[in-house]
Amino acid sequence: MSAAPNADGQVRTKSSRPEVPMATAKSWLREMMLIREFELRCMQAYQDKKIGGFCHVYIGQEAVAVGTIAATEARDPIVTAYRDHGHALARGMNPNHCMAEMFGRVGGCAKGKGGSMHMFDRDNNLFGGHGIVGAQIPLGVGLAFATKYEDEVINAAKNGGKSNRVTLAFLGDGALNQGSVHEAMNLAGLFDLPVIIICENNGYSMGTSIVRGTTMGHEISAKSEAYGMEGVEIDGMDVIETYWAMKELVDKVRATSRPIFVDMRCYRFKGHSMSDPRKYRTREEEERYEQGDPIGVLKAQLELRGLTEDEHKEIQREVRATVKSAVEWAEHSPVPPMTDLYRDVYRERWGPYTGSSEPEMLGGGENECNFNAIDTTIDRKADLL
Amino acid sequence: MSIASMREIEFRDAVREAMSEEMRRDMRVMLMGEEVAQYNGAYKVSRGMLDEFGPRRVIDTPISESGFAGMAIGAAMMGLRPIVEFMSWSFSLVAADPILNNAPKMLYMSGGQFGCPIVFRGNNGAGGQLGSTHSWSIEGLFSNVPGMKMVIPSNPYDAKGLMKTAIRDDDPVFFLESERLLSMRGEVPEEEYLIPFGQARIARAGKDCTIVSFGRMVNVCLEVAIELEKEGISCEILDMRTIRPLDAASIIRSVKRTGACVVVDQSWSFGSPGSEVAALVHRECFDDLDNYVHRVHSADVPAPYAYGLEQEYLPNARRIAEAVRSCLYRS
Repeated sequence: MSAAPNADGQVRTKSSRPEVPMATAKSWLREMMLIREFELRCMQAYQDKKIGGFCHVYIGQEAVAVGTIAATEARDPIVTAYRDHGHALARGMNPNHCMAEMFGRVGGCAKGKGGSMHMFDRDNNLFGGHGIVGAQIPLGVGLAFATKYEDEVINAAKNGGKSNRVTLAFLGDGALNQGSVHEAMNLAGLFDLPVIIICENNGYSMGTSIVRGTTMGHEISAKSEAYGMEGVEIDGMDVIETYWAMKELVDKVRATSRPIFVDMRCYRFKGHSMSDPRKYRTREEEERYEQGDPIGVLKAQLELRGLTEDEHKEIQREVRATVKSAVEWAEHSPVPPMTDLYRDVYRERWGPYTGSSEPEMLGGGENECNFNAIDTTIDRKADLL
Repeated sequence: MSIASMREIEFRDAVREAMSEEMRRDMRVMLMGEEVAQYNGAYKVSRGMLDEFGPRRVIDTPISESGFAGMAIGAAMMGLRPIVEFMSWSFSLVAADPILNNAPKMLYMSGGQFGCPIVFRGNNGAGGQLGSTHSWSIEGLFSNVPGMKMVIPSNPYDAKGLMKTAIRDDDPVFFLESERLLSMRGEVPEEEYLIPFGQARIARAGKDCTIVSFGRMVNVCLEVAIELEKEGISCEILDMRTIRPLDAASIIRSVKRTGACVVVDQSWSFGSPGSEVAALVHRECFDDLDNYVHRVHSADVPAPYAYGLEQEYLPNARRIAEAVRSCLYRS
C-alpha cells in the first residue's frame, strides 16, 4: 500500500483495486463535498459567534471518514475524538442535528449539551465525539469488548449466532503519546478484540509536528507491533484507496477478531482549532498538500470515468443547499430551556434524543433529578444487548 | 425473614454473593480487574468466581487502570454492566479521566443517549501503615462529581444489599469497601434482598447528639457511643450508606430531635462529604442547633507510615468522643 500522502496532484489510478461503481463513487464525492461545505459554514458561524467553545474542522481529511466508514456496516460501532463532524456526517447524522448541536440548540444531536467536540448518535452507532486526547481509544476497545462478549457469552448461551461487529476507533497522531492509548492497545491485543484503531496522521499534534513529539514518527505503525497488532499504512488522501484498503481490514477483523492499527496518512488543511494561525508550518507545505486535495483527487478520478462539470456543479449546488438549510434549521431550533440544565444527569423518564427540533420533546412532566428513585424493572433503551 | 435463614458471613463473602447472584441473574454483568480471576482476588473478594463463571466473565486485566476502566466504560455504553475492581481506590487515580471525566458525564453530554451502567469497586481508606500513596479516602475528591453515585457500606448485610442495587443501577456507581472491614463478620440472610440508595440506617438510636458517618467509621462511632453512654451521653448514629444520593431528610429529622450534630468522615476535611453535611445541617437546622456542627476527619496531612502517627491521623475513638463532648459543651 502507498505510504506518504501523495501530494503531487497526480490523478492516481490503482489498477490492482476493483472499480467502485460510479454511483457509489459519486455518493462519496457528494459526502466529502458535504463535509467540506459544512465545515466552511461552521468556520463562518464560529466567526459570527453563533458557535462557541472549541471548534475543530475536518477540512482536508474528508476522505478518511468517508472511505473508512463506507467500509463498515451500520451496526459497526464508531468512536472518535473531538474533530468529529466529518465522522458524524459520514455515519449518517442529519446535518441539521449536527449543526444545531454546535449552535447549542435543543435540536442538536445531544440536545445542545455536548457541543462541537461531543457528537453522539445512538441510531447510527456513533459513540462520540470525545474531548480528551486519546480517551476515546479505551472506550473504543470497550465497544469491541462488548460486541465480542455479546457473541461469545450472551449469543452463545442463546444459540444466537455471532454478530461479528467491528469497531472503528479514531485518534489523531497527537494522541499516540497518551498512556491510555497504549494501555488500550495492549488490552486490544491481549484480548483479541475486533477493533481497528485508526490514527489520522495529519502530521501535527496541535502545533507540534510529529517529529518533534513522537518517536518513530516516520513509521508509527511500528508501534503496533509491540502490542501484537498488525500495523498498516493507508493513503488517506485518496478515498477509493482508503475504502479498498479498509474494506480488506474490516473483513479480516470480522473474520479473525484480531485488532489492527492503521497509520492513515492525511493532512489538515486548516488550523488545529479556529484560533490557530498555523505559524508552525510553511505556506509552501500547505500548498503542496492542497494540490492533493482528496476532493480534487476523487473528482479527477471520476472525470476520467465520465463525470461532467455540470454534474459536479449540481452536487455542489445540492450540498450548499443542504448545509444552508442546516444552518437555518439550527438557527430556528430553540435554545434549551433552563429546566434542561438538570436533566440527563442521572437516568430519568425523559430519555434519548428523538430528532425533533421542537420544545414539545421536553414534555412528560416536571422531572426532578431522580436522586432517590430506584427502578430496576423498566426496560431501558440503554440496554442494547 | 425467618431466623433460620440467617447466617454469619464475612464482608468479602457478602460482596461476592451479591456479584455472583447478579451474574447468575443477568448475562450482561461481568467482573474485571487485576488478579480477580486466577489469583481469586488480591483480597479474596472474588474467590471461586472464575470457577463458576469462566474466564469470559471473570477477567484478569493487566495493571493498567486507565485502560481497563475506559474499556469497561465503552462496554457499558454498549449495554454491558461491568463490575470493575480496583485493588485499591488509591490506584484508581491513574484512571481519573475515564472514571470521572467519562463515566459520570456520558449520559449528560450525549443528551441522554448513552448511559453508563457500571460499578467501580475496591478498598478505600487507610489499610494499615501503607503510607500516603496507598491510603486514599477518595470520597472527598470523587463525590464532588455529578452524575455518579457513591456507596460506602459499613457491614456485611449492607454491603450485599447495596452491591446488588449498584449492579442493577443504570448510572455509574462508585462502591467503596475497606480493607479493614473485609474480614468483618455479620448476619446476612439466605434470601435475596436489595437495599435502596439514599436511605440512611439508624445504626444506634439516641437523643443527645446525632453522629453522621458512613463506611468503616460507623463501627468506630458505635464503640464510642457505648463509652459515652457511660458518661450519660446518648448518641444517635446515622449510617448514611450512600453519599450520592445523600439522605438529607434522615439527617435533618435526627438533628432536629437531638439539636447537636457531629460528622465523622475519614476523608480530608476540605471539600468533603463531611463539609457538605455540615453545610446542609447549618442551613436546614439552624434554629435547632445548640452548637455548630463538629467534624472529625483525617488530619489535613498526607497519610503517615508510622503506626502511632497513622492512628492519630485517622478519625479515632478519642477524637470522636472529644468532638461529641465539645459539641454538647461537656468537655
